[in-house]
Amino acid sequence: MLVIKDLHAKIDNKEILRGINLEVKPGEVHCIMGPNGSGKSTLSSVLAGNDKFEVCEGSATFNGKDLLDLAPEDRAREGLFLSFQYPVEIPGVSMVNFMRTAVNEHRKYRGDEPCSASEFLKLMRDKKKMVEIDSNLTNRSVNEGFSGGEKKKNEIFQMAMLEPKLAILDETDSGLDIDALRVVANGVNKLKSSDNATIVITHYQRLLDHIVPDFVHVLYKGRIVKSAGKELALELEEKGYDWIKKEFED
Amino acid sequence: MNIACRVVNLQEEYTKLFKDQKALLESGAPNKVNALRDKAMAIFEEKGIPSNKVEDYKYTNLQPYFKGSLNLSLSSEAAHANVTNHFHCEVPQLETYNVFLVNGWYSEQNEKIAFPDGVVVSSIRTAAKDHPEVFEKHYGEVAPMESDAMVAMNTAFAQDGAFIYVPKGVVLDKPIQIVNIMNGETDRLAFQRNLIVVEENSQVKVMLCDHTVSPNKFVINSVSEVYAAENSVFDVYNIQNQHNLTTQVAGMYVHQKKHSNILTNSLTLHSGITRNNVRVTMDDEHCESHVYGLYLSDKNQHVDNFTFIDHAKPNCESFELYKGVLDDSATGAFTGKVLVQKDAQKTNAYQSNNNLLLTESARVNSKPQLEIYADDVKCSHGATVGQLDDEAMFYLRARGISETESRILLMFAFAYEVIEKIRVEPLKEQIRGLVEKRFRGEFDKCDSCVVCGQAGNTVSCL
Repeated sequence: MLVIKDLHAKIDNKEILRGINLEVKPGEVHCIMGPNGSGKSTLSSVLAGNDKFEVCEGSATFNGKDLLDLAPEDRAREGLFLSFQYPVEIPGVSMVNFMRTAVNEHRKYRGDEPCSASEFLKLMRDKKKMVEIDSNLTNRSVNEGFSGGEKKKNEIFQMAMLEPKLAILDETDSGLDIDALRVVANGVNKLKSSDNATIVITHYQRLLDHIVPDFVHVLYKGRIVKSAGKELALELEEKGYDWIKKEFED
Repeated sequence: MNIACRVVNLQEEYTKLFKDQKALLESGAPNKVNALRDKAMAIFEEKGIPSNKVEDYKYTNLQPYFKGSLNLSLSSEAAHANVTNHFHCEVPQLETYNVFLVNGWYSEQNEKIAFPDGVVVSSIRTAAKDHPEVFEKHYGEVAPMESDAMVAMNTAFAQDGAFIYVPKGVVLDKPIQIVNIMNGETDRLAFQRNLIVVEENSQVKVMLCDHTVSPNKFVINSVSEVYAAENSVFDVYNIQNQHNLTTQVAGMYVHQKKHSNILTNSLTLHSGITRNNVRVTMDDEHCESHVYGLYLSDKNQHVDNFTFIDHAKPNCESFELYKGVLDDSATGAFTGKVLVQKDAQKTNAYQSNNNLLLTESARVNSKPQLEIYADDVKCSHGATVGQLDDEAMFYLRARGISETESRILLMFAFAYEVIEKIRVEPLKEQIRGLVEKRFRGEFDKCDSCVVCGQAGNTVSCL
């Protein structure tokens, strides 16, 4: 599904990603961990198409298409979804209008007719229930005045609405209380199928109690320096990153 | 009767026009209107059409636009024409009392509408005959011709316009929509003079819709005077939807009495050169005024909003919000003058002007101007000029929304706050639709581009 080869990216001439290799297949859950500043968020931004970052080397293909060649909106329409670490507040754009526009753009891309008003409202209702998001949130402007937890839940709601093939959750768990964490994780699990895949970027093992990864990767200084099964996360939780840093530098 | 005039040196020609045509100007016009002409002309002669050397017109030099070969209708012939039938209103499905003015003249095509409870809507000429006491009491009393040359010019040349009278205690069920149409085969100059009197405990909402239907150059100097008596509630929405060859100086002058609540909203959706003068005088305690504006400009359009809120008495509140989106090489200006007079203690005055510039070549000047002579007041003002938020753009695009659509969503979000201030629910709906259409470049005003030769960027302009 996603194949990243030797990906290098920089911002303001500072190289952040220094040769990432990663392959994600349908049905898999990958977890990317790593110390602060190792390039986790940069990787997700680059994959989603944020033009603040410049890709200088390497490739990324998504279902056979050159991902780096696509505009951000086309990446989304191809089925890539980024749950933002810091969702943006957009006063004046209602959640309903935002989601209807997004859903219809996805449909148009696939050659489907736009959703009728009643179909759309039903879809909203179903998905709201599925991810246990407060109904009132969707009557407001996008993320405006939402608490940290509400913003993250809203990301998962949008993910449910758009049904991506690959979802990248960039520290979706940070700043969440235990209940919100459970809601977010349940949402992700309900949306999981054998056709789609998830990349979870996190600092904490606790999310992985809910979302069980097939692979855990450690990102350090712009490279994946260690990959293993879910037990690696537990080891990291216990021992920190120092032993990996040491291993890497040796 | 049409008079063609070629104006090169402004005052001289306008003075000559006035002197030569005085008999025609005065013919059939109310006594009070004629009585003010000479004094107004003297003021206009002295001041002239404002250039940018006049402080209050610093950002809009009107002189070039008032030059050239222009026709002036000195009688109501034009208003007999059948244009109103062909006119397609952009604000359909709205329940209103609808009257038409053509080139500044009250159209005789207007059906006789039965207004409830003694409400009067007519031409000012008819009003002076049928309701002389109201007309004489208020005409020329609100708009300050001594301080503004454009008001003086209008007062000197005015012949017709709309008159609205709402008697004591009447709450009008539907808004009154005054559709001003500019039309003709030649370039035109028009003076329109409206008078609105809202008596004690009355409420009325008025829409002034300005349109152009033929692709000629139009120069319009309009003045509306509003007298809002005690406990009255008055709203006016000026929807400007004119082509790029239009120059409009629109003056809205409101005089408020105790406990009155007024709202003005200048919605400049499309126009060539626009100058909106809004002046509100709170001449009694406990007045509330809401002064809003939204301007959407592109190509070489220019919009200048000049507001003057006069807190003459204590315990009044004013709320001012103007927002603008400027594309291409459009230019804009905002001046927000707030005067809190010496006795006007416990004044609350809030002012805000926000601008969104979409290109490097769009420009805007924003000037808050507060003069406060009382010591127990709350006044705030703020002005911003910015671009579309990159992060918000990326967020929307990352959800699969195209760049164009994301821009429209964000522009609309920016304009939204002013639209929300509209106190007529169906009108709010309609304006939302119009603004969105405007941002999509689907406005049918673009035929003018062919005429004026200005570069158009949107598809519909090609």
